[in-house]
Amino acid sequence: MAEITAEATAPRPAQDAELGHRRPPLLAVGPLAWAKANLFSSWISTAVTLALGYLLVRWTMGFIDWAFINAIWSVPVTPQGAQTQACRALGGTGACWAVVTEKHRFILFGTYPYEEHWRPAICVLLFIGLYIVSAMRRFWRPALALIWLATLAVIGVLMWGGMLGLSYVPQERWGGLVITLILATFGIALAFPLSILVALGRRSSMPAIKTLCVLYVELIRGVPLISLLFMASVMFPLFLPEGMNIDKLLRAQIAIILFAAAYLAEVVRAGLQALPRGQYEAADALGLTYWQKTGFIILPQALRLVIPPLVNTFIGFFKDTSLVLIIGIFDLLTAGKTAIVEPAWQGFGIEIYVTVGLIYFVFCFAMSRYSQGLEAELNRHRVR
Amino acid sequence: MSDTAADPRLLRAPPKRGIRLSWADERFRSIIWQILVVGVVVGIVWWLVRNTAHNLEVRRIATGWGFLSREAGLPVAESLIPYSPTDTYARALMVGVLNTLKIAVVGVVVATILGTMVGIARLSKNWLLSRIAAAYIEVVRDLPLLLQLLFWYAILQGLPAPRQALHPVEGVFLSNRGLKLPWIQWQDAHSFALLGLILGIVGAVFYARSARAKQMADGQPRKVWPVAAGLVLGLPVLIWAGLGAPWQGDIPALRGFNFQGGLTITPEYFALLIGLVMYTAAFIAEIVRAGILSVAKGQWEAAEALGLQRGRILRMIVLPQALRVIVPPMTSQYLNLTKNSSLAVAIGYQDIVSISNTTLNQTGQAIEGIAIIMVVYLTISLSISLFMNWYNARIALVER
Repeated sequence: MAEITAEATAPRPAQDAELGHRRPPLLAVGPLAWAKANLFSSWISTAVTLALGYLLVRWTMGFIDWAFINAIWSVPVTPQGAQTQACRALGGTGACWAVVTEKHRFILFGTYPYEEHWRPAICVLLFIGLYIVSAMRRFWRPALALIWLATLAVIGVLMWGGMLGLSYVPQERWGGLVITLILATFGIALAFPLSILVALGRRSSMPAIKTLCVLYVELIRGVPLISLLFMASVMFPLFLPEGMNIDKLLRAQIAIILFAAAYLAEVVRAGLQALPRGQYEAADALGLTYWQKTGFIILPQALRLVIPPLVNTFIGFFKDTSLVLIIGIFDLLTAGKTAIVEPAWQGFGIEIYVTVGLIYFVFCFAMSRYSQGLEAELNRHRVR
Repeated sequence: MSDTAADPRLLRAPPKRGIRLSWADERFRSIIWQILVVGVVVGIVWWLVRNTAHNLEVRRIATGWGFLSREAGLPVAESLIPYSPTDTYARALMVGVLNTLKIAVVGVVVATILGTMVGIARLSKNWLLSRIAAAYIEVVRDLPLLLQLLFWYAILQGLPAPRQALHPVEGVFLSNRGLKLPWIQWQDAHSFALLGLILGIVGAVFYARSARAKQMADGQPRKVWPVAAGLVLGLPVLIWAGLGAPWQGDIPALRGFNFQGGLTITPEYFALLIGLVMYTAAFIAEIVRAGILSVAKGQWEAAEALGLQRGRILRMIVLPQALRVIVPPMTSQYLNLTKNSSLAVAIGYQDIVSISNTTLNQTGQAIEGIAIIMVVYLTISLSISLFMNWYNARIALVER
C-alpha cells in the first residue's frame, strides 16, 4: 500500500519536462475535436451529419445552378413587348431574373408616375431612417413622438405633392413597397396608443369599461384579419352617411389599426400583470391620482417588460399588411403578383416571389435580430 | 406595516356609506365615467346602424337570410359532401365550412408533428442538424404567409402536365393537377370498421382507467397493452373480416389528358397545406424548444437516480412538466393556423371565406356574408380555446 502511494506521488521529472512541449492529442482541442463532439459524437449523429451534408451540398449546387449559372438576367424588349423565348427555353432549369430587371421599378413603386419615382424612394429611406432612430435607446424620450410626426408629415407631402412645386399624385396611383411601409408604420403608430388604453381598460375596476374592452379584444382576436379587411372594403361604405366616402387605403388602414390594437393590448396587459402589486400600492400610498400613477410609475416599467414581445408583434403586423392583396390594394406583394399578369411574363412567379420575399425578409430579419439583442440587453441585470 | 395591521381599528371593516354626489368621491366618478363611455359607444353604434339601414334602403338591398334557400349556381371544385351548382347557398356555405375544417384539422395535426420534430432537432447535439433547424425557423418566420402560399402555388403550377407527371412510387403521381394517391374503394364494411376502431379506442381508455384504479387499490401493476391492442386493432379487423373483408384497390391511372381513380389532393389544397404547415411548424418548434428547456436538468438526473428508463423519464417526468409550458402558446398557434387558413381565398381553395365572398358578390348580401364568416371563425376559435383550456387544466400543476 505504502509502495503504491509513494510511486503515485513521486515526481516524474522526465515526463513533466516532456509534457510542457507536447501538444495535446489531436482529438482533444481544435477543429477536429469540435467536429468529433458536434458532428460525429455517435454513429447516429455521424449518419445524420453525412445525410444532411449530402443533401445540403446537392441542394446548394442545384440552387446555384438555377439562380446564377443557368440564369438569364435580361431579355431584349421590342415594341411588341418583352421577348421571353430564351427564358421559356430554359424550361425551369434556370431562373429568369429578366422579369425582375424589367419590372423592379413597378414592384417597388407601383403605378406612381415614372419620372416622379424619386419621391416614394425618398419616402422609403425616410421610413427606414425613422425605424433606425426609433430603435436607438438614446432617442427613447418624448421628443421621439415629434420626430415621428414630422417625418410622417414630410412623407405625406412628398407622396401627395400639390405644393412646393411638386405635382399632385392621387392616392390611387401609389403602390409597391411604400404602401407596405405606410400600412405597417401608421398601423403600429396609431394602434399602439389605442392598445394601451384598451389594456388599461381591461384591467380597470369599472365593470362597464372592462366588459367593452374584453368584448373588443376577444371579438377581434377571434376572427381572421381577412374578414376585417372584407368588412372594411365591402361593409364600411354602408356604415357611413350618404355622400360621405373614405378611400380604400384608409379603410384598410383602419381595419389594420383595429386589428393590431387588439393584439397589442394583450401584450401590454401581460406587462401590466407582470408588474409586482407593490408598485401599484406604493403609488397609491403616495397619493398619486390614477393617471399620475399610470403615467409615471406603471407604464414605464410595464412597457419595458414587454418590449421583446412587442417587437415580435410588430414583425407579425409587418407581414400581415400583405393581406391587403386580397382586397386589391397595391402593396409590395400585390405589385409583384400584378407584374406577372402580363402574358409575356406569365409563369415566372417563383423569381418574383423570391425577390419580394427577400425584401420582406430584410425588414423582418433586422427587426427580429434587434428584438433578440434588446432582450439580452434588458435582461442583463437579471443574469448574474 | 406590521404596526398598522395590529391596530384593532383597521381590522374592522370600513364603515359602509352611500355615494356622495361629489367629484371627490371615487365611486361617483367611476359611475360618471362609465356612463359617459358606454353612452359614446352606444351613440356611435346607433349612428352606424342608422346609416346602414338608410343605405340599404336607398340601394334596395333586402336584409335577411332568405337568400340561403335560393339556388347558388356557384361551382365548387372540391367538396366533402355531394354538391352541385343547383344546390342552395346554405349547402354551398356548408361545403365551405367543411373545407375550412378539412384544412384546419389536417394542418394542426401535421404542423404539430413537424413542429415537434424541428423543435427537438433544434436542441440536437448535432451542430449541422441544429443549425439547419434554426435557419428553417428564422427564414420561414420572417416571410409573410401569403407570400409563401403564392410561392408554393406557383411551384405546384410549374410542375409538368399529367402526361409527364412525376412518378416516384407505383400509384403516386405528382403533376400540375395535384397529387394522386392510391386509395381503396370505400364500402359500408369500411365505415363499420372505422366505427369499430373508435369503439375500440374508447374501450381501451376505459380499460386503462379501471386497471389504474385497481393498481391504486392493491398495488399490483397490470399489463394494459395486450387488451388495449386487442380492442383497438382486433375489433375493426374482426368487423371488417366478419363483413366479408372487401378490398378493392383504387389505383390512379392516366386516361387521356388526366388521371382517373385514386385519391386526389388538388394543387390548391396541397399548396395551402404545405404553406400553413411549414409556417406554423416554425412557431411550434420554438414553443416545443422552450418547453423542453424549461424542465430543469436536475429532473432528468433525479429520475435517472431512481433507476427509471429513458423513455419512462421522458413520458412520466419531463413531458408532463414541459407540457405545462407548451400548451398555452400552442393553443394560440392552433387558433392562428385556423384563422390563417382563410388566406385560401388568395390561391382559389374554396373555404368558407372564399364561398361567402362569392355569395356576397352574387347576392349583394354583404352584412350577412361577413356575419357568416365571423360566426364560423368565432365558433371554431371558441371550441379550440375551450378544448385546450380543459386540457390545460387537466395537466396543470396540482397545488395544495
